[in-house]
Amino acid sequence: MEIYLPIADIPVNIFLVLAMGLAVGFISGMFGVGGGFLMTPLLIFIGVQPAVAVASVTTHVAASSFSGAITYWRRNAIDVVLALTLLAGGILGTCGGVALFTWLRTLDQLDLVIGLSYVILLGVVGALMVGESARAIIRSRQGKRIELRRPGSHTWIHGLPLKLRFKRSKIYVSAIPVLVIGFIIGFIGAVMGIGGGFLLVPMLIYLLRVPTATVIGTSMVLTFLTMISATVLHAATNHLVDAVLALILMAGGAAGAQFGAHAGQRIRGEWLRMLLGLLVLAVGLRFASQIVLRPDDLYSIRFLGGAP
Amino acid sequence: MMRLPLAALVVVVLLASAGPAICAERLVVSLTNHRVMITSSYTGVELVLFGSVERDAAARAAPYDIVATITGPRESLRARRKQRVLGIWVNTESRTFVDPPSYLAVLASRPLDAIASPETRRRLRLGITNTPFPELIHNDVGEVSNDPFRAALVRLMRDRTLYSEKPNAVTFLTPTLFRASLSLPAQVPIGSYAVDVKLFAEGALIAETDSAFEIVKVGFEQFVVSESREHGLLYGMATATIALLTGWIASVAFRRD
Repeated sequence: MEIYLPIADIPVNIFLVLAMGLAVGFISGMFGVGGGFLMTPLLIFIGVQPAVAVASVTTHVAASSFSGAITYWRRNAIDVVLALTLLAGGILGTCGGVALFTWLRTLDQLDLVIGLSYVILLGVVGALMVGESARAIIRSRQGKRIELRRPGSHTWIHGLPLKLRFKRSKIYVSAIPVLVIGFIIGFIGAVMGIGGGFLLVPMLIYLLRVPTATVIGTSMVLTFLTMISATVLHAATNHLVDAVLALILMAGGAAGAQFGAHAGQRIRGEWLRMLLGLLVLAVGLRFASQIVLRPDDLYSIRFLGGAP
Repeated sequence: MMRLPLAALVVVVLLASAGPAICAERLVVSLTNHRVMITSSYTGVELVLFGSVERDAAARAAPYDIVATITGPRESLRARRKQRVLGIWVNTESRTFVDPPSYLAVLASRPLDAIASPETRRRLRLGITNTPFPELIHNDVGEVSNDPFRAALVRLMRDRTLYSEKPNAVTFLTPTLFRASLSLPAQVPIGSYAVDVKLFAEGALIAETDSAFEIVKVGFEQFVVSESREHGLLYGMATATIALLTGWIASVAFRRD
């Protein structure tokens, strides 16, 4: 069944988009990530303009992370204070990201920047995750205990001033790195149409030593809050949020996230990180091939929306 | 498919033919639909152009040729060329085309080179190759001959089926009555379309007429577009609220613990 998307200006198969939402939602619930890094490329692949895809996916990610956040809330696995501190940085980052997005669009370089950011971010993060989880798996095979939280191994980050105590996560760190992390996540989220959960989770674990018990729930809350503000900002400034597309994605995504969250709890942490790392790496390589290989057509056209 | 009964059109054509003839030949054309509405189930539409050649005693007997040019709303666009910079492909050069048609279909009864001489075709701007594509050069607007960007623009628009040239799309039902079907793809731009119909005989233009139709979004589609443009903030908040609701409903509906 084909349905016409009013902002994207193309007809799409409603079941295909619904299935994409469901599949990405499942993955997002399973790994505690928003799933935007998968959804945006998928939409571009089926013919949605990159700018509309990025803007509409923010809405989808908002819905699926909200649904996930509720589930974690019921389990009391969210550090609200940490999430709100991250958000303060996140909102600033989102504003900056939406502004950069608008500027790059006028320069004809938005597609390239989106592509390059995907390659660099996904490549680096994917490789790090695969490497780390492989070491963890080998260590557990050798019968050693996996210790993510090493109390003695404080870095320079823990020496910064303005310390705050995050009771739920049982950590005591400076507000500065928390705000900076929030800013980075908000910024790239708005530019790339991703929630940044796959970046946030490792950052919280390795840089701030947030325990695994609260990390995914907290990341979900931040993803949800930054994406909901990105939706409003994209709609207000670029008029690119396709509500019909977002609604179909949301319906599939929100349902998928619930099943994914349950499935995720049956898989061991290091294997989960390994799978997610491989997935992230695969998407990164796909983008890399697009930029590095000679394109089929060197030319492309873009309508300027009335003004030359 | 939106087609008026054929009979109604024939009546229109016949009524029109009762009018007084000014010159030897006169063209009368009509479209099946002058208003194409885009709804949520829109996946493209087929329009039929009907026409008749009115003749008086002075008319020639030679077979007629028809060339119909359908031009969509004009919108400026930029053609860009990628180049390898430090191992990656980047848009380096670009040209801005000033108001080229966003849709262009040339329907004819025979191949254009059999209908008129190259000189006539150039003068009448017949066919895609003779359509002007003015470019922005610094602060001036002008034509650039043999421009690879112009060729790329035409090729890309052809790939998207937004530009087309069909030499056999017009068929004569009788020596003077003709029809042509025009299929508009799903991704057609919204706006008004001009239909220009030219009648040729023995390589010369002998009559010309025009018509028009418009493509509009209606109902919900129109509502979404106008809201998103005019009340961006409100639209964003409404979308955000829907996102919250969907997320909440999903977490309740699929609750397993």
